[in-house]
Amino acid sequence: MSAQPFRLASGGLIDRSQALSFRFDGKSYGGHAGDTLASALLANGVRLVGRSFKYHRPRGILSAGPEEPNALVELRSGARREPNTRATVAELFDGLEAVSQNRWPSLAFDLLSLNGLFSPALVAGFYYKTFMWPASFWEKLYEPLIRRAAGLGRAAGAEDPDHYEKAFAFCDLLVIGGGPAGLAAALAAGRTGARVILCDEDFRLGGRLLAEKREIDGRPVAEWLAAALAELESLPDVRLMPRTTVFGLYDHGTYGAVERVSDHLPQPQPHQPRQRAWRIQAKRAILAAGALERPIVFPGNDTPGVMLAGAARTYANRYGVLPGRETVLFTAGDDGWATARDIAAAGGKVAAIVDARADADPARKALADRLGARLFAGGVVERARGGRQLDQVTIRDASGATHALACDLLAVSNGWNPTLHLTSHQNGKPVWDEEIHCFVPGTLPAGLAVAGSAAGRFTLATALEDGARLAREALGDLGLSVAAAGPVPAADDEPCGLKPLWRVTGGKGPVFPGKAFVDFQNDVTDADVELAAREGFRPVEHLKRYTTLGMATDQGKTSNLSGLAIMAEQTGRTIPQAGTTTFRPPYTPVAIGALGGHHRGKAFRPVRLAPTHGWSSEQGAVFVETGQWLRAQYYPKPGETDWLATVNREVLAVRETVGICDVSTLGKIDIQGADAAAFLERVYINGWKALPVGKARYGLMLREDGFVMDDGTTSRLGEHHFLMTTTTANAGKVMQHLEFCHQVLWPDLDVGMVSVSEQWAQVTVAGPKARKTLRGVVDPEHDLSNEAFPYLAARAVTVGGGIPARLFRISFSGELAYELAVPAGYGDAMMRALMQAGAPFGITPYGTEALGVLRIEKGHVAGNELSGQTTARDLGLGKMMSSKKDYVGRLMANRAALNEPERPSFVGFKPVDRRERLRAGAHFIGVGKAATMANDEGYMTSVAHSPHLNHWIGLGLIRGGSARIGEQVRAYDPVRGGDILVEICSPVFLDPEGARLHG
Amino acid sequence: MRITCPYCGARDAQEFSYLGAADPVRPDGMAAAEAAMADYVYLRDNPAGPHRELWYHGSGCRSWLIVTRDTRTHAISAVEPAKVRKAGEAA
Repeated sequence: MSAQPFRLASGGLIDRSQALSFRFDGKSYGGHAGDTLASALLANGVRLVGRSFKYHRPRGILSAGPEEPNALVELRSGARREPNTRATVAELFDGLEAVSQNRWPSLAFDLLSLNGLFSPALVAGFYYKTFMWPASFWEKLYEPLIRRAAGLGRAAGAEDPDHYEKAFAFCDLLVIGGGPAGLAAALAAGRTGARVILCDEDFRLGGRLLAEKREIDGRPVAEWLAAALAELESLPDVRLMPRTTVFGLYDHGTYGAVERVSDHLPQPQPHQPRQRAWRIQAKRAILAAGALERPIVFPGNDTPGVMLAGAARTYANRYGVLPGRETVLFTAGDDGWATARDIAAAGGKVAAIVDARADADPARKALADRLGARLFAGGVVERARGGRQLDQVTIRDASGATHALACDLLAVSNGWNPTLHLTSHQNGKPVWDEEIHCFVPGTLPAGLAVAGSAAGRFTLATALEDGARLAREALGDLGLSVAAAGPVPAADDEPCGLKPLWRVTGGKGPVFPGKAFVDFQNDVTDADVELAAREGFRPVEHLKRYTTLGMATDQGKTSNLSGLAIMAEQTGRTIPQAGTTTFRPPYTPVAIGALGGHHRGKAFRPVRLAPTHGWSSEQGAVFVETGQWLRAQYYPKPGETDWLATVNREVLAVRETVGICDVSTLGKIDIQGADAAAFLERVYINGWKALPVGKARYGLMLREDGFVMDDGTTSRLGEHHFLMTTTTANAGKVMQHLEFCHQVLWPDLDVGMVSVSEQWAQVTVAGPKARKTLRGVVDPEHDLSNEAFPYLAARAVTVGGGIPARLFRISFSGELAYELAVPAGYGDAMMRALMQAGAPFGITPYGTEALGVLRIEKGHVAGNELSGQTTARDLGLGKMMSSKKDYVGRLMANRAALNEPERPSFVGFKPVDRRERLRAGAHFIGVGKAATMANDEGYMTSVAHSPHLNHWIGLGLIRGGSARIGEQVRAYDPVRGGDILVEICSPVFLDPEGARLHG
Repeated sequence: MRITCPYCGARDAQEFSYLGAADPVRPDGMAAAEAAMADYVYLRDNPAGPHRELWYHGSGCRSWLIVTRDTRTHAISAVEPAKVRKAGEAA
């Protein structure tokens, strides 16, 4: 670890007792707690920190904040590597590793900087001009080439090992920014007892107070700040959130923020997230985000060592780092002078002050003399030189004479732009203020006020006043008392005169003209803007897209206004005529991981487990995801190596003895009321009024456009009490639909409904021995004989000695079958009791695969057929459609086109060569016809291997449907290389008379 | 976005799902012409301005609500339960 040659002997807000070690491009350096990566690099004299995007120009540190366009690094390594991290806001920690970007092979010697020599080919619009022809070259040649040469950092390429979370917060007043305006607002509001949240993107609260040598209430700012923060911390309803960027303003007082919980640590503490995305609901908010300093465009203005003047001051005052030993200040206003003063106070030499304003204020002259600096009033810096490190500037004085001056820091000051980004997230257009030469917030979103520099009120005194005043106003609006808000902190006004200077021309030499950068991050020069103006890309939106100005990850925070100003100058307009910049969220880049929170991978959505899940696991079930549910797919036994062997065994067990299968995941909706039957009449296509109490019926419901929505059995448990079942996938959708039908379409019906899907565990007991099995579980007083409990009976029973249960004699498998439902908590016990009762018959648990085979053998439709594109007639269920009543979808289902006989409709299929396997998704093509869209006759929806028939069977939709039974067609499956002959047949492959069902 | 449910208070829009215009009235399927039903099913205005629309508070009280929202600004001027309306009655 080397010494820190540019670290001041004292001063700054760093903890000198805490030495930190870090690595940049493999080399070891030292810093202190309280440093950013940028301040630590500067302390170590590292000026060159990256190469630029397009021309691979050497770049240094321009700013000390979130606007940084140059000092972008890859932070951390391995799976935690994060590209494009701004070194100016990356908090230093012990062991930090950073690597510079866009250099090859090394930062100091970059072969691709030759791009600069070929720069005529890389000017604005070069993508559109250079790589036009031939088209096929784009993918193979141009794009890979451009991507290697121009680029940002590398993503980690491995799964992010850290966690992220989402959180919600609510407050009366949200204060965005912890500088003087924000602190004054939070203090005023907090003292009244209002619920206040104060967010600041920095790791230390204070904003510009951290970087300025000023006084508030007659005390040095550091002292005032410490007292203010202590007071805020003592207020119980004030929440201070440093390291939290409010990145977006959304409708109705919703603010998005991201808290960097662990970014300042090598890795998160156990059980801590890396970042936390907040959704803050604020009744009122004050934007006190301060301002961002503006550069000046002149040749060589990107040379490492050219820095914003405010940033230079920040490094000296806050971080105890001398940003240069020999400084030249180039300023267009009063604010830059504070930098000259503070750098001199820190022991730096100020060689010259170039103030573009011609008027020579005697006070300024006196200050320059006191600092020992040459003053060039009315002069400009026309060029900066030095390549990898600034070593000289060329100054043109008011008379036009040029002076070359050696220096290693050029501090540039051109006034500040209010950080008004959030005010334009709801379409608010910033407006140009001629007095102060910047855009200020225009129409404000409801509930938001803007204080201090963010509103263009740049002095410390006005910031403090604004914050306190706007906090009082906000609380007053909310009807809260402001009696306890306390005094407004006071400060002297500092001079803030400004005559902005957007660019300096005339410094370009004939041989090496030098580039003057507008957008540092995207390498857009003043010549590019001029070119855009010449070629007609003048509206700001065209300028932006043609030159890529403002489109990098910094979103033009330091470049948009210079670009607009040059375009205005080129086209003879004023800046507001040239255009305004509209900002959209996010204010600074937000990691997708933070927005996703815990919802990724397996946790992307909740997993729902059936009440019998534990039992199924014990049985060795293989589970399958069906929507949010995990359902038992099949239950392999030792020795069964193939899922098909398992499924065949399960199917045959049901057909020959008895099987059980969990169906708890089906939607269950309890419907009650005097008009419950009338309500069902309107949502189902078939009739319900005549259904006797104690009976179940199959029902089919349509959408209003006439297509099938869902099916299931509904049982009448009482005169005014029904229990509807839905498919697993549509349970939520059907519930919403029923509520719509009731609340919106027919509010006069006396009916109410509630989902009971999770209240009941339900199991199918199917097979010739189903009744005998149930006999061992259902209490003996309930007669289960065929006469007493016939097909479609549905009644309350008790099981296991008085446990309430419901028994339904319904069948999806075509066998003698029942569904037994018990309160969910008994589900596990029910499975075990049934297994015990069925043991003498070899009872076999079966999963969704066998369930599917059983229903396909019987030709029952399921999710594959209820695709949202099929009608009741398509599915062979047209006869269910009642003509005597209105129901949802009735009129639309009767449209002529939906009743064409040529519409694909539901039939069965079997392979002509019985050894062939069928594939769902195969399309039907006439024998001898070409496999084209025009000859497509329909497709296979479901297939299964029938162990009963010992060959594959299928269900599908084909033009002409049942009229074509006996015909042969091709089942064409190009995806899996299948093309076989199949025979159209009845969809019922087993027991068409239903003898088994009624057994 | 926030929607003030008349039953649950101000809630995040994530709790709700959107359906569409609230004003079209479903014709009686036994009496109406097919064209009238087709209009009800398919035809919607796309106003720039106040829009009465149906939202379902699925993660709350399961109410269907008529929300009057300005499509240009998302400003919500009224939220009322849909159920108050009587069948067949124009809104």
